[in-house]
Amino acid sequence: MTVAAADLIRQPASVLAAAISAGEVSSVEVTKAHLARIAEVDERVHAFLQVTAEAALESAQVVDAKRKTGAKLGSLAGVPIAVKDVLTMRGVPTTCGSKILEGWCPPYDSTVVSRLRAADMVILGKTNMDEFAMGSSTEHSAYGPTHNPWDLARIPGGSGGGSAAALAAFETPLSIGTDTGGSIRQPAAVTGTVGVKPTYGGVSRYGLVALASSLDQAGPCARSVLDAALLHSVIAGHDPRDSTSINAPVPDVVAAANRGDVRGLRIGLVKELSGEGYQAGVLQRFNEAVELLQGLGAEVVEVSCPHFDYALGAYYLILPSEASSNLARFDGMRYGLRVGDDGSNSVEQVMSLSREAGFGAEVKRRIMLGTYALSSGYYDAYYGQAQKVRTLITRDFNAAFEKADVLISPTAPTTAFKIGEKVDDPLAMYLNDIATIPVNLAGNCAMSLPVGLSPADGLPVGLQIMAPPMADDRLYLVGAALESALTDSWGHLLIEEVPDL
Amino acid sequence: MTAITRDEVAHLAKLARLDLSGAELDHYAGQLAVILQSVARIGEVAADDIPPTSHPVPVENVFRDDIAMPGLDRAEVLAAAPATEDHRFRVPRILDEEEA
Amino acid sequence: MSNAQLTVPFDEAMTRYEPIIGLEVHVELGTNSKMFCSCATAFGAPPNTQVCPVCLGLPGSMPVLNKVAVESTIRIGLALNCEIATWCRFARKNYFYPDMPKDYQVSQYDEPLCTNGWLDVTVATDDGPQVVRVEIERVHMEEDTGKLTHAGGATGRIHGADYSLVDYNRAGIPLIEIVTKTVIGTGPLAPAVARAYVAELRDVMRALGVSDVRMEEGSLRCDVNLSLNEPGAGWGTRSETKNVNSLRSVERAVHSEIERQAGVLDGGGRVIQETRHFHEDTGRSTSGRSKEQAEDYRYFPEPDLVPIAPTRSWVEELRAELPEVPSVKRARLQSTWGINEFELATLVNAGAVELVESSIAAGVDPAAARKWWTGELLRVANERGVELADLPVTATQIARVESLIADGSLNDKLARQVFEGVLAGEGDVDVVIAQRGLAVVSDDGALLAAIDEALAAQPDVVEKIKSGKIQAAGAIVGAVMKTTKGQADAAKVRALLLDRLGVSE
Ligand SMILES: [Zn+2]
Repeated sequence: MTVAAADLIRQPASVLAAAISAGEVSSVEVTKAHLARIAEVDERVHAFLQVTAEAALESAQVVDAKRKTGAKLGSLAGVPIAVKDVLTMRGVPTTCGSKILEGWCPPYDSTVVSRLRAADMVILGKTNMDEFAMGSSTEHSAYGPTHNPWDLARIPGGSGGGSAAALAAFETPLSIGTDTGGSIRQPAAVTGTVGVKPTYGGVSRYGLVALASSLDQAGPCARSVLDAALLHSVIAGHDPRDSTSINAPVPDVVAAANRGDVRGLRIGLVKELSGEGYQAGVLQRFNEAVELLQGLGAEVVEVSCPHFDYALGAYYLILPSEASSNLARFDGMRYGLRVGDDGSNSVEQVMSLSREAGFGAEVKRRIMLGTYALSSGYYDAYYGQAQKVRTLITRDFNAAFEKADVLISPTAPTTAFKIGEKVDDPLAMYLNDIATIPVNLAGNCAMSLPVGLSPADGLPVGLQIMAPPMADDRLYLVGAALESALTDSWGHLLIEEVPDL
Repeated sequence: MTAITRDEVAHLAKLARLDLSGAELDHYAGQLAVILQSVARIGEVAADDIPPTSHPVPVENVFRDDIAMPGLDRAEVLAAAPATEDHRFRVPRILDEEEA
Repeated sequence: MSNAQLTVPFDEAMTRYEPIIGLEVHVELGTNSKMFCSCATAFGAPPNTQVCPVCLGLPGSMPVLNKVAVESTIRIGLALNCEIATWCRFARKNYFYPDMPKDYQVSQYDEPLCTNGWLDVTVATDDGPQVVRVEIERVHMEEDTGKLTHAGGATGRIHGADYSLVDYNRAGIPLIEIVTKTVIGTGPLAPAVARAYVAELRDVMRALGVSDVRMEEGSLRCDVNLSLNEPGAGWGTRSETKNVNSLRSVERAVHSEIERQAGVLDGGGRVIQETRHFHEDTGRSTSGRSKEQAEDYRYFPEPDLVPIAPTRSWVEELRAELPEVPSVKRARLQSTWGINEFELATLVNAGAVELVESSIAAGVDPAAARKWWTGELLRVANERGVELADLPVTATQIARVESLIADGSLNDKLARQVFEGVLAGEGDVDVVIAQRGLAVVSDDGALLAAIDEALAAQPDVVEKIKSGKIQAAGAIVGAVMKTTKGQADAAKVRALLLDRLGVSE
C-alpha cells in the first residue's frame, strides 16, 4: 500500500511501527518522508544540528530486509528517531551545541544510541540544544536558536528545544532528550508534546555528555503518552557501564500507558508549585485538568513540600559545581577546539584561550559559579548546604508520596516566550525550571504532557506528573488517562492544532 | 557573603582556565553577585543535622570484574586530537616563560 | 643548587635538630585491567594502545570500579593493621594538567578505605637490630595519570622543553596511596627508618601479590615529607620531596634534606613549604613550584561512582585469606633456617629473604642459597647499583648451579664464573657453561691421560703409594689439577689414580 508522505509524518510512532511490521509501509518510505519534511521545514525550525540521511536510509533498508526474512522485529523497529546532540554516536559529530566540540566525532556509541540501534530504530540525526544543556530556551546553542513550531518567533524551551521542536514540526515521530533540571519536560510543555524524565538511574548515562552527573537523565520525547512509553521501554534498563544505573526490572510503562486509569488514585497538588509567578493562562488550563482528573475518578489532595522553595537555590549551586568539573576536560588537548598554540603560549595559556573561545557566555557563567561554590572556604556554605537541602527536598517528596500516589503541578510557569526576551537575564531564565527542578534533585521521575492552549496567547500549556523512584509506570497510567480524556474533548491530540509551517 | 569582586572573578577564571576579557570580568562580577545573592537563600534552612545527598539513588558497591579488554583503535583516537607526534598527543610546553 | 654550600653535615645537624618525617608511598596495583575501565595495564606497551573512552576522559564516558582493586586495597589495609571503612566514597580532585584526561583525578579525599594502621620495621644500629613502629594514617585508592615526554630543549626535562607528548596508557591504572603519620623520635636513624619502611612496604606488597612493586618502572613511588624540630623552638616547616624512586634514594633524600634544612636554619633562614624534586644522579633535591598554595582542588564527592560499603563478611573473608606478613614470616624462617638475628638482618637489608626462600623452594640448600644471595650476587648488585631482586638471575638457575656442584660438574670457582656469564646476559646456566667451556673435566679418558702422564713423571711417588702410603696420592692429584687448569674434580682424580695403581683405601 502507499501512504501519502504528508500522512506518514503525522502518524504516531506506535502506528508506524505496526504498519512497518505488517509490511503495509516500508521503513525506507517512512524515513524518506521524514527526511523530506526535515529538508522542507528545518531551515525555519532549526531543530537539527546534523541530519544523517544516508545512514538513516541504510538502517531503514536493513530493517525492511530483516522484516522480509520473517525475523521478529522490536516494538519500534523501522521508526525514525532524532537524538539530542549530547549523546555520543560513533562517527557522527557530537557537539553538545558548543563550538568547543565542533566537528568532534566520538569513537563510541552511547548506551542509549546502542539500544536504539539494537531495537532497529532509524536515527535521523542530532538535535539542537543549549550549549552543554545549560539553558531553558535553546538560545544558548553556539549554532543558533531553534524555533518553536507554534510560533517561530518563540523559544521551543530548553535545553532540549531541538528534540521537542522536531516533534512539533513533524520532522520525527520520536526523539531523545536529556533532563537535568527540566530539559525534557519544559520543552515538551512549551511545544505541546510529551516528555518524560525517568527515575535517575533508570536510563544509562553512558555516552551522555555530562552536565551535572547527579542530576542528568536521558528520556523519551514523543507526541503521545503511548509513544513515549514505547520509547521508554527501549532505552531503559540496567547498564553495567553506568555505575549509577539501577539494577532492577524496568516498570512496565507500556502496559500502564495502554491501561490509562486514575480511578481510586490519590493525586497530590503541590502547594509550593503554583500561584505566584505562574501565568494565569497556565494556571487556568492546569486547574481544568485537575477537575478532569477528579471527574475520571482520582482523589485530589493538597500536599505541601516546604523545602521546594529552596530547590532553585540548591540546584543552581549543585549543577554549576558538577558542571565546572565535568567541563574541565574540554581543554583542547585531546579533542575539540585548540586556540593559541603558536609555540609562544604555555599549556595553561592555550587551555585558557581555547576554553575562552570555545565556550559561550552561559557556560562560562556557570563554570565560574561552580568553581566558586566548590572553593575552599565556600564549600560548606554553598555546595555542602545545597546537598543538605537536597536531602530535605527528598524527604518532602517521601512525605508527600505517603499522602498521594502521584503529584502534579504545571510544568513551567509560563508558555513559550519570545526569542531574545531573557537571553542575558540569567535569573529570569532560571525561573523557568522552578517546577521541574525538585524531581532532578530527588532523583524520582516525572512527565510533562499538554493540557491545552493558554487562553492568553494560544500557546501550549504543560502539566507535570511526578511519581516516586522506580514508579515510572504511574506517570504513564495517569498521563494516558488524562491524555485520553483531553483528546476526547478536543477530538484530536493537541499537537494537531500546531499551525502549518 | 555574596559580594564578589572583580579580582575574585579573575581568580575563579584562572582556576577554571578561562581567559576572560576585562569587559567579561566586569560583566560576570555583576551577574555572579546577583545569582549568588539569590541562591544564598538556602543558607536560611536549618540543616546542621541533615546528611548531605551526593547521590540521588541509594546504590552501593557497584564493581566490575578485573578482566582486560581491547580498547580503542589508536588511529581513531589520535585523529580527533588537535596535534599529535610519535603516536602521542602533542601539547604545548607545560611551564610558563618565567618558570622555564 | 646554588645554596648547596649552606648544608650542614648530617652528624652535626643531628646534634641540634630532631627530624620529623612522613612518607607517602604510591603503589601501582598489578590488576589485569585499569581502575575504572577494562583497558589492559601492561608496562611498556606502545603509546596510546591501552586506552578507551573512559581512561581518555572522552565526553560521556563513565567509570566503573575494578573489584580486584578494592579487594587489593582492603588486603593492604588489613596487612598494615588498618581499620576498614564501612562506607566511603571517591572524590574528584580538580586541577588542570595535560597528563590528566578529565582534568580532575578520581581519588579518595576525606573518606579513605583504610585508616589507622601500623607497620613495624627493623633497622640496624650499633647495638643490634632495632624495631621501629611506623604508624599509618590512611590507605586510599586513586587513578594514575598519563605519561609525559618532554621534547625540545637540551635535557629532556620539563624545564626548557618546547612542547610535550602524552601517552595515556598509564592513565587510570589503579594507584594506592599509603600515608604515614609523622614519625618522630628516630633521630639519626631517620634515613634508615625511611628506607626500611619503604622496603618493608615493598615486601608486604609482594607477599600480598597485589603489585610487582618495581621501583624502576615506577610501580612504587615515594614522597618524603620532612621538617626539623629544634628543641625548644617547636616543629619546623615541612618540605615535600617527590620523585624518590629507589630504596637508596629514600635514604639519601632524607639524609640530604636534613642537611639542607639544617643549613637553612643555621643560616638564620626559614624553611619554606614547598615541593622539591629529588635527583637520583646528584642525590640532592631542587626546589619545585612553591605556588601550591594557590591551588584549590575543589574536592567534591564523585557523582559518577557509587559509595563503597564493604560488608563485614567480605572483609573477614579477605582477612582469612591473607598470606603471612613479612615480619611474621621472617621470624618463622629465622627458626626454620636456624640463623641468628644478625644473619636475618643481613638478609633483610639485602632484600634477599624472598630470594633465598624461592631458591630453597627450587631445591637449593638453605646455607648455599644464603651464601649466593648475600655474597657473590649482592656484591654484583651493589656494584651495579640495583636491587638484588632486579638482578637477571633466577632461583631455578641457582638450583641448577648447585646441582652441578653437587654432582661434581662444577666447583665453587667455576660456579662464580657461571653466574658472571648469566648476569652478563650470555644465556642460561648450561649455555654459559658450554660457551665458556667451564665444566669440570669429567671425561675419564682425558683424566686418565693426565693421570698417566703424572704417574710417569713421578715414579717415586707411585712406589710410595703402592707400598701403602696412600696419602702420597695428593701429589699426583695436584699435578693433574694443574694440567686440567682446575677444571677437574679432585675426588674423582684421586679415585681414578688409585684404581689405576690397583690400590684400595
Ligand atoms: Zn580505558
